[in-house]
Amino acid sequence: MGYFDSFADFVRMGNHGIFVWSVYAITVLTILGHWLGLRLQRRRVINELQRLKKRGHL
Amino acid sequence: MALSLTPVWRWFHRWTSPPNFYRISRPWAHGLMAVGGTALFVAWIWGLVFAPEDYLQGNSYRIIFVHVPSASASLALYLTMAITAVISLVWKIKLADMVIRQCIPVGLTLTALALISGAIWGRPTWGVYWIWDARLTSMLLQLFLFIGMWAIHTAIDQQKLADRATAILVLVGFVNLPIIKWSVDWWNTMHQPATIRITGETTMVWEMLAPLLLSMAATYCVVAALVLYRTRWEILYRERKTRWVQDELGIRGKA
Amino acid sequence: MNPARKQRLILILLAVGLFTVSVILLLIANRNQVNLFYSPTDIVEGEAPLDRSFRAGGVVVHDSVWRDTDTLAVTFTVSDNLSEVTMTYTGILPDLFKEGQGVVATGTLNENGIFQASEVLARHDENYMPPEVARALEEARRRGQTPDYNNAGGY
Repeated sequence: MGYFDSFADFVRMGNHGIFVWSVYAITVLTILGHWLGLRLQRRRVINELQRLKKRGHL
Repeated sequence: MALSLTPVWRWFHRWTSPPNFYRISRPWAHGLMAVGGTALFVAWIWGLVFAPEDYLQGNSYRIIFVHVPSASASLALYLTMAITAVISLVWKIKLADMVIRQCIPVGLTLTALALISGAIWGRPTWGVYWIWDARLTSMLLQLFLFIGMWAIHTAIDQQKLADRATAILVLVGFVNLPIIKWSVDWWNTMHQPATIRITGETTMVWEMLAPLLLSMAATYCVVAALVLYRTRWEILYRERKTRWVQDELGIRGKA
Repeated sequence: MNPARKQRLILILLAVGLFTVSVILLLIANRNQVNLFYSPTDIVEGEAPLDRSFRAGGVVVHDSVWRDTDTLAVTFTVSDNLSEVTMTYTGILPDLFKEGQGVVATGTLNENGIFQASEVLARHDENYMPPEVARALEEARRRGQTPDYNNAGGY
């Protein structure tokens, strides 16, 4: 597949698989973390507005 | 001079007003995320599967498709923050402070990602995860600057004061930016000099350079989209007591 | 622009500019403290310390690597295109240790001017190419058609 002779070669990355794949795994986790961060931001805004409403500030 | 620029300033003030920016930024955020996300996916497949291996580093060099885009985007983001900090301090534009505040977490993760991917790359190539050379140390300093900005903004309760202190820290830390960029030329470092050069020869074959440039462009788009999304929520939060935000979210009390 | 803002802008740019330039000039003036390693020229000119361990770096000279078949001892010469220093090391070299590539070694200089390394790290260059392109360039280099393609701007 692609540059590699086999899928096993692709995963092994010439004995550097652990280094390459851990970097890409960390990057994916970082992206997921930011997606989660946006969800949290959204919650914070909505909670705050609902709190203000309950207190009769709106 | 001052007279002729007046309409421009007026337009700038109107354009950067929170409600206006909130409205016009929506399609930009979605568009940049869609384009950037797709391009990043393509660039990764290209770089991981189709690009040839390196004559010296073998396949470990494929870390470059994460390392260089994140490092480069973190520097570009810092430059953006510095320009925004000047705008905030001189013109007192509310939006500028919101953008700076929301650049912090994005810049922090980009810097951390560059450092971590670099450390993991260093082990199979140099033989060590970490060495205190000028490039690595100045990049670590940038991470501390982002942590410092976050801490200072969180520690100060009064919004205006927190924004101003953060903007000043951004500008003080600006000195680190050229140091990171040119450390590999000014001093003896473990880190090699730049491969991609705007002036001078780029020392990478096209089959590797193309996915690298694509992943850099994609990362810039995703980072811009993230900053826009975060800034939009920051606008809603800071303007939560205004009528337009309550209308926007459909939350209204008794009239 | 209103005069107050204009003044503030000028003052901020001036402050940031002066601060940035002075810090950078200070660091460049103290380059010996900032440099990670001493170059062969530094060592030949006697700038490196003789009484303690330090880092030395350069490009491994072609055909200079000599390995002892019985022990893991290896001797090689590093260059910065101006001067050369011979290094000895006993142990396992990093995978990327190669003639024409950089090394950064930690060790001491003995009375004969030989650098006795206790740790050797590989410092690769900024060139990226597939193996077949590298082989073709190496072939050309051996025939003396082109100068060393490595480390054009590294040292």
